[in-house]
Amino acid sequence: MSTATFIPAFVRRQSFIELDARARAQSLLDPGSWRELVGPFDRIESPWLPEQGIAPQSDDGCVVLKGAIDGKPAVVIALEGKFQGGSMGEVSGAKMTAALDLAARDSQNGKKTAAVLLLETGGVRLQEANLGLAVIAEVMASILALREHAPVITVIAGTVGCFGGMSIAAGLSSYIVMTREARLGLNGPEVIEQESGIEEFDSSDHALIWAINGGEQRVAMGVADELVLDDVQKIAATVQRYVKAGLPQVHRSQQIALYRARIAALDTSRQIDPLSLRESWKEKAKEGVAQ
Amino acid sequence: MSLQVGLRGKAWFQVFTGKNSPMAGDPGSVLTADAKLGEDMARFLCVVPNPEGRFPCARRAEVGLEESYTLATRIREAIEQDKNGEKRPIIAIVDVKSQAYGRREETAAIFLATATAADAYASARMKGHPVIALVMGNAISGGFLTHGYQANRILAFDDAGVVIHAMHKEAAARITLRTVAELELLGHRIAPLSYDIHDYAKLGLLHKLLHVEDPDTPSQTTVSQVQKELIDAVADARAGSRDLSNRLTSEGARGMRRVGLLARARMEEQWAKA
Repeated sequence: MSTATFIPAFVRRQSFIELDARARAQSLLDPGSWRELVGPFDRIESPWLPEQGIAPQSDDGCVVLKGAIDGKPAVVIALEGKFQGGSMGEVSGAKMTAALDLAARDSQNGKKTAAVLLLETGGVRLQEANLGLAVIAEVMASILALREHAPVITVIAGTVGCFGGMSIAAGLSSYIVMTREARLGLNGPEVIEQESGIEEFDSSDHALIWAINGGEQRVAMGVADELVLDDVQKIAATVQRYVKAGLPQVHRSQQIALYRARIAALDTSRQIDPLSLRESWKEKAKEGVAQ
Repeated sequence: MSLQVGLRGKAWFQVFTGKNSPMAGDPGSVLTADAKLGEDMARFLCVVPNPEGRFPCARRAEVGLEESYTLATRIREAIEQDKNGEKRPIIAIVDVKSQAYGRREETAAIFLATATAADAYASARMKGHPVIALVMGNAISGGFLTHGYQANRILAFDDAGVVIHAMHKEAAARITLRTVAELELLGHRIAPLSYDIHDYAKLGLLHKLLHVEDPDTPSQTTVSQVQKELIDAVADARAGSRDLSNRLTSEGARGMRRVGLLARARMEEQWAKA
């Protein structure tokens, strides 16, 4: 038996999660097509962190690459989960919003430019508090403006996950791609435990967290579009497919009647069992999904 | 200081609209009504406490699942009804504790629910409805992102009971490993951290700060005063762009968000060359 057949593909794959934000973004764009914009050598850093004794980073944890995906114009915006938990501050937010707005401008002028958001973030950077919240509102507005012309594809690979206000931004995107290692939710388990008590959510119960926020659950219940293996080739191929598919017929954040009825049907006298919810929601909510 | 979050909002909703019950089929936590505002018929929306609510973590004027989908439904209804005519103003009365912090909410994907409401507000704005947020109490975190922060214009009462922030004080202190006293001290020095509405106003995000006498008890005088401000904000929104660019061009933004604006300008230059 040769080594190639003996070692399964899963072992030989190149992990996406192990890459940093810059390498992740690079791996999704056509080789040689991209250029980094407002990169680390521009040295535009958070003006608020040094005042609080925290070292800033020369890209503020946000990497913007403009290039092509399978020959089509695209911009990839990646948050670095290793810098301040991928949190959104004045500068990282401005970079993301500006790139989305420029993609919208090009798209309106006939050069359809898709955006891919690689979200590893806890949401607002609390050291920039109100500016963090404000930039998230602006990112949301810019996603919605671009989404009228070209798809916005969110990839949550892990392991930070996507929480806080940026989970709402994810909810506004055209497609959400997740790995089994990724989590998606508005309030992280620690926040719920702190605000509503340990009987509401025991944040040390990892099985519970993954059952609720994990990629497998989010895709199975139909609130995310595709579960992918932590594999650079597979994630790149999935992103290419969604770029090619263009806009969905209806965005999920506009399917209000469907979800309102689902919420009305829930038994709220006790906690909701994630597996049963998956069963009752599993029929595909959405048409026009690229497969 | 308002006694309970949401009650001030409810009091003002009642005097603006003459109504105090939800629309048919809506939960008790969301009030919606159309009412005269100057020459316009405007749609007012408000999230209020509902001790009998189905969701235990969304009974105190938090924005939860039902609140989000109800706001989205009522805003979309106005967009649909006005699609061929005059776009009515949409007024979000903001006095919300936060998003709902509950396990039921997370399980049933509250991130998507809040997205539908934010989407509806932003869609109304992009289609030409003047969307005005009137902040008269708390506007915290996901509660504000869902209900109000997509508005063309944001007005706020100049009052100690008005708090716009990413997280309430005690939690923010714990998470950033500070005491509440340290956080307050920092807020005086670093405007975005502050819980004081005057510091928030420096960030250039507000259209106007309104001095209102005795904001817990609206009177004939204060009601006409605030109505006039709303009418002016509606006119200003109609005359302006349908995006949020006014938040970046304001005097406050030019001072407080210099570095963010530099990043934006640099992005434009480099985008053109790439």
